[in-house]
Amino acid sequence: MTRNVLIAGLLVLLGVAFWTLTMGYAPDAELNRTAAYYAQNVGREIGAPNVVTAIIITWRGLDTLGEVTVLFLTSSIVALVLAQSKAPKGASGSGFLPSGELLTTGTRMLIPLIALLGAYVLANGHLTPGGGFQGGAILASGVLLALLADPGRRFGHALIARIESVAGLAYVGLGLLGMLIAGGFLDNKVLPLGQFGAMLSAGIIPIISVLIGLKVGSEFASILSSLEETEDA
Amino acid sequence: MTLTLAMALILALASLAAAGVALATRSRATAVLAAGLLSLFASVLFVLLAAPDVAMTEAAIGSGLTTFLFFFVMGRIRREGRK
Repeated sequence: MTRNVLIAGLLVLLGVAFWTLTMGYAPDAELNRTAAYYAQNVGREIGAPNVVTAIIITWRGLDTLGEVTVLFLTSSIVALVLAQSKAPKGASGSGFLPSGELLTTGTRMLIPLIALLGAYVLANGHLTPGGGFQGGAILASGVLLALLADPGRRFGHALIARIESVAGLAYVGLGLLGMLIAGGFLDNKVLPLGQFGAMLSAGIIPIISVLIGLKVGSEFASILSSLEETEDA
Repeated sequence: MTLTLAMALILALASLAAAGVALATRSRATAVLAAGLLSLFASVLFVLLAAPDVAMTEAAIGSGLTTFLFFFVMGRIRREGRK
């Protein structure tokens, strides 16, 4: 009884807090100082039509490196914990129900399309919405679909780990290169800005977003496949 | 403007309904699906609010990967319970 009263009271408090927040909200008439700087200088300094990706990869590049590191730690820890109960080759997956004709056929048709969309989102991160993280998640959902259709399938862990570490090293290496020949760590001016709106433009943004995408995709894929390969205790 | 507002309101109500279903239902599979649906509504709302980048992440991770991760783990628990 008291528990229900407490829950109701907390809910009412939360509702009041959200209500006052919503009612007191007035949209800003103009961008604040940082945002105005970004919006004004993105064309001249970065040369990317997609302002969001430009901010994420160049001005806030260090934050993105941190995010990718957090994801890397997560996938390493998942692999470390689950490696204790790793199933012998071919042993796991026997207890799965067959996945069905619809899923198997649909997967065969969809995986190339998903991979293509992922590659498109990666390569056009500086032009259209999306970028490294989104493209990587799309690639990983293709891996997920393959695992759903055929739970016994094994992915080469060595290959995934190699893609992951090469992408990570190249990302940091590009950042250091920026310190050597441009304005600082992860500076965009390592490569020329090129023509505004062209496929190969905006400095190193396309390269970095492809690297981030490969890294994120292989991290998610490694989490999913280590979850799949554990032995039933 | 009013059309956007109406769509946002409908989406918000639908998200609330999906969250309610996820909380109230007795079936675990329905709850997971309702949570995924909530994510999907949220990602459409992000598109309406002119944030397509966030919407893509939400759709791929929130309603795609997480939902299937839940089903993965639920299937594993069920198989282990059967032993």
